[in-house]
Amino acid sequence: MAIEIQPEKAQEPGGRGPGRPRAAGPWWMRPGVHTGIIGGAVGYLIGHWLGDFLASGYSQVQNNGQNDMALVLGYALGVVGWLAGLGVFNDLLRQMAGRPVRTAEEEAAEDGGVARYFRYTLDHKVVGIQYLVGMIGYFLAGGLFAMAIRTELLSPSHHVFSAQIYLMLVGEHGTMMIMMMSSIILGPFGNYFVPLMIGSKRVAFPRIEALSFWLTPAAFIILLSGVMFTGFPTGWTGYAPLSVQAGYGQDSYAVAFGLMGISLILAGFNIIVTVICHRAPGMRWSRLPIFVWAMFTTALLMVLAAPVLVGGMYMLITDRTVQTAFFTDDLGGSSYLWQNLFWFFGHPEVYILALPGFGIVLEIIPVFCRKPLFGYRIAAAGMVGVTLLSFFVWQHHLFMSGINPDMRPLYMLTTELISIPTGFIFLVAMGTFWKAKIRFTVPMLFALAFFFNFLIGGITGVFLSDVPADVTEHGTFFSMAHFHYTIMGGLIFAFMAGIYYWLPKMTGIKLNERLGKIHFWTMFIFFNSTFMPLFAVGLLGQPRRVFEYARNVHALNDWVSISAFCLGGSILIFLINFVWSTVFWREREAGNPWRSRSLEWQVPSPPPAHNFEHVPVVLSGPYEYGAKDAQPMADLHPPVGVVSAAYAGAGLEA
Amino acid sequence: MAADAAPSPAATGAAEPRHGLRIFLIWLVASAIADPLLWFVLGPHMPPGAMTDAAASQQVDLNVMAVMSAPVTIFVIIYFIYALVVWRHREGDDEDGPAIHGNARISALWIGGTAVIVLSLFVYGTVRLISPPGAGGGEGNTPVWRPAGAPAAAALAAQTSAWQPGSVLQVQVIAQQWWFTYRYPQLGGFETTHLMLPVGQEIQFNVTSLDVIHSFWAYQLGVKADANPQLNNVAYVKTEHTGSVVVRCSELCGLWHGAMFDYGKVMPLAQFQAWAASTRTQLVALTTELPPYALTYDANAVKQLGKAFHQAGLFGAGGGYYGPQYPVSP
Amino acid sequence: MSVSARAVTLLVAFLAVVAGAFFIVIHYLLGGPPTVDYTSSASGGQVNVTMQTDASSNPQAVADHPTWVSYFIKSPQTGAWLHTTLFTVPAHTRVNVTILGYDGSTPIRNQVWGHVTGTIGDVAYYGGKPVQVVNGWNGPYLIQHTFAIPALGVSVPVEAGPGTCLTGPCTNKAHSTTTFSFMSPSAGTYRWQCFIPCGLSFLYGNGGPMSTIGYMSGNMQVVG
Repeated sequence: MAIEIQPEKAQEPGGRGPGRPRAAGPWWMRPGVHTGIIGGAVGYLIGHWLGDFLASGYSQVQNNGQNDMALVLGYALGVVGWLAGLGVFNDLLRQMAGRPVRTAEEEAAEDGGVARYFRYTLDHKVVGIQYLVGMIGYFLAGGLFAMAIRTELLSPSHHVFSAQIYLMLVGEHGTMMIMMMSSIILGPFGNYFVPLMIGSKRVAFPRIEALSFWLTPAAFIILLSGVMFTGFPTGWTGYAPLSVQAGYGQDSYAVAFGLMGISLILAGFNIIVTVICHRAPGMRWSRLPIFVWAMFTTALLMVLAAPVLVGGMYMLITDRTVQTAFFTDDLGGSSYLWQNLFWFFGHPEVYILALPGFGIVLEIIPVFCRKPLFGYRIAAAGMVGVTLLSFFVWQHHLFMSGINPDMRPLYMLTTELISIPTGFIFLVAMGTFWKAKIRFTVPMLFALAFFFNFLIGGITGVFLSDVPADVTEHGTFFSMAHFHYTIMGGLIFAFMAGIYYWLPKMTGIKLNERLGKIHFWTMFIFFNSTFMPLFAVGLLGQPRRVFEYARNVHALNDWVSISAFCLGGSILIFLINFVWSTVFWREREAGNPWRSRSLEWQVPSPPPAHNFEHVPVVLSGPYEYGAKDAQPMADLHPPVGVVSAAYAGAGLEA
Repeated sequence: MAADAAPSPAATGAAEPRHGLRIFLIWLVASAIADPLLWFVLGPHMPPGAMTDAAASQQVDLNVMAVMSAPVTIFVIIYFIYALVVWRHREGDDEDGPAIHGNARISALWIGGTAVIVLSLFVYGTVRLISPPGAGGGEGNTPVWRPAGAPAAAALAAQTSAWQPGSVLQVQVIAQQWWFTYRYPQLGGFETTHLMLPVGQEIQFNVTSLDVIHSFWAYQLGVKADANPQLNNVAYVKTEHTGSVVVRCSELCGLWHGAMFDYGKVMPLAQFQAWAASTRTQLVALTTELPPYALTYDANAVKQLGKAFHQAGLFGAGGGYYGPQYPVSP
Repeated sequence: MSVSARAVTLLVAFLAVVAGAFFIVIHYLLGGPPTVDYTSSASGGQVNVTMQTDASSNPQAVADHPTWVSYFIKSPQTGAWLHTTLFTVPAHTRVNVTILGYDGSTPIRNQVWGHVTGTIGDVAYYGGKPVQVVNGWNGPYLIQHTFAIPALGVSVPVEAGPGTCLTGPCTNKAHSTTTFSFMSPSAGTYRWQCFIPCGLSFLYGNGGPMSTIGYMSGNMQVVG
């Protein structure tokens, strides 16, 4: 297989010659976001018409005045139209017609500058930036819903929003945060840096990678459109049969979550194949940067878990539209089926959210400790162990559900066992800190906060895994605080570390450090003062997703709400820093400001179009700090013939 | 994994302080202070109290978990703080740190230690799950851990003969959008909106739902059991103290989930019997209208729907979903 | 791009986002049915609340869900029927409720809700005749909805009308009349709802109108 990257000529199925290059039209003639929007609108109208045509005669539709079929088909065809408008299918159709597909060179020649970021592109670095901006946007939108939730919870009995609006806020916040944030690290940093870190000029499937991104705005808009139908009453878990009973908003939930599941599968495939097939010569598995290990295991989880989600969402949609009864107990279905399907995805999903965080912090701390990673193999083994075990724990979400209790001790065991590989990550971090020379840069501060937050989140997870203790904790603010500590305190803190660490590489512009430190300290303090009291609130008897609560937790809830607003303010500081630094200050940072050994820092910032001039030859591991005789990590200009000889030696054709 | 340089003081020269020992001592002192505080000061106030055997067991469990996890948490935090203070980068020092790639002994110690903690917690948790039976959690329709005298799963539906104090009291919890009702099959089969229980008795909750999934959470009783349609979810407790009980729905069930709570009472036996007798008399007209006691109730109960529809010649929603073409609908 | 072009782009994008968020908050989050205020019409420690139930809210009411069953509340100031389930009463007052039934019968799911509780004397009146326990499916009375305020223990089955009125609010047809009274508690917000699954063609009948404020669920605001 030609790992040596771009073939000499464009791929020419059908045996035809390359023909002359297509003339590039003006920007508005070429597919982009604007044509995507038109395509989406047209697709929606066609789908809605089709749904009305098919289902408006159903007695159910006539009685309840609600045609779910029309809405779902509208969403589905709207997405197809959106993708068609973006030009996702163009190359596919060209190949089917035996005509040459668009190459990365042609594409790079067509658009310079900003316009590329609004198109379906083949460059993994453009996709990475698209993901980065998109994810920040989705995160802010989800955060605004959280602010509204905390506004309602300021008073135990006086209501700002009505009960149904409150459920909408909870559902939109939860779903947006869980489903969109699944690729908050793999999307921007995984897609951008995995090829750079393994010495590849490209990703394995650039079109699939770009498709995985362009599905996310569609999922986001569809989910947000639930607001127009007063949302969905089920929260992000979508428990049937309530989800079958609910109104239109539930369709937006099911379609959006399903789409996001497809996006996760696609993104995961691309990363897996890239890591397996596109490593540079000398990039052995034992030299793989730990962040790449994290992306690889995350991608495995995505590919294996998300199909179950997509299947579950599909069943929910058919239950709601054509009245199959997968989840209706009195008609031969089972509400446990949903719980099992959902959590079989849902628990690996938790580690889809945790592993990227592990990867980023373990990637960062050797750089700022100026020491090799302690126990590299233990770190990789920990990630693989978490990946494997995460498929065997899902029924701990069903401890109180009344499902057969025989298996409870087993799931208690597997759940507690998973804290052993998670403990590996702490061992590795603590070992790396031993006698280190710790530099308190902004990314390092976020990485340190990650360990504190994840420690609290992990320890309280053990509380929840214990069935007797779980009787009191299950479904309360205790478990809510627990997973906010692991996801917000873990994933989002690691994401912030990644932004401050890698933005100079991605854009050549560094973020303001003073604002960065203010952002860190406010975020760390207010994060803890928001979520720490919620453990107590939960133990004192407040269930999740309630708009009324007992008066004895009034003071605590007010404290939490005010802290949450301050936490929102802290995110605002980040946003200001991000926008101001990249748009106005634009402080250049071209070199290797952190003195990292890793391969991505050995090329200019931002990296050139094909990452490396030549395929590099990797000579040593990425974390050889302090080793006196360590070679540089890679030879970026290997003598002619070395790379092909390496592949020939491995029995591969160059 | 080879120990390139053991992080022991001996390897790095005499001037180096014994970091490991220092951290260990600070940890020992902090843990020795924290654990008794957790157990003796916070412990007795730990939710959910001790009104039943299940609640008391959960309280002990939470305390055990707290006492077990506090030293681990403290160790990690102390280590990090120590590292950040002692091993921070000094101005003008551009050297890299020592090239330590790992240490097999330390790693084995850590992995072994976490494994021992985790496995002992598992054994402990399993023991606590079996006694008291099910620890107050819902065990489904075939409960495997039962108190002495509790009927087996197969005999559950028949528990309608008069209750004798000392035997297991059957209480059916019927959840619906959005209120709990409670049925006492052994006390005449009446159904009420109040949960009343006698003290010092084994109680068996049979939790079911008429529509979507709810969760019956009697906080002070230490009971949590999801209410599923078409399924009987059984939970056991033995009441040990009198007092009032808050019941909340703990599984999102739609619009009024947040307002789905009520209050119950655990009362002395004589008072409970008096309450039961008077309520039975009061509700006798209603009780005759109720469907016969069953472990689950069919939301599309055809007989009732059909009669109403045919007698009245009117249409109504009837709670159906699958429309008149669905074969068992009228 | 020049700095000023960047600044303008940023400002436009920022304003668009703020405007969008503002619209969502005002229109979707804070919007809702009106509240009928009975506090000023209270006299002698009593207040009279009048409602009606209709088989469908079509066509006068909001066009969102023309086929849904709905409560309407009569405004004491104007006498107009408002499509809402929100009303305000003074605290510690005898609330006399009159419900005009324009809907057909619907069987009761849980017979407990056929029992009148929480009202003064634990009794309700169907056309003046006192009732305490109604069997919703076997006569002599048929019932259509219930009016329940769970926090106060109030639960009253509402008698079915002689016919179904498919326009709402209905004024010119025969109807049933259910009356009852209860004492309002101290100040606060109290939810009320119907316990008969009347959301036609929603699973278990509790979706749609049953789960939507303004149709079969609402709030009683008590002011001190």
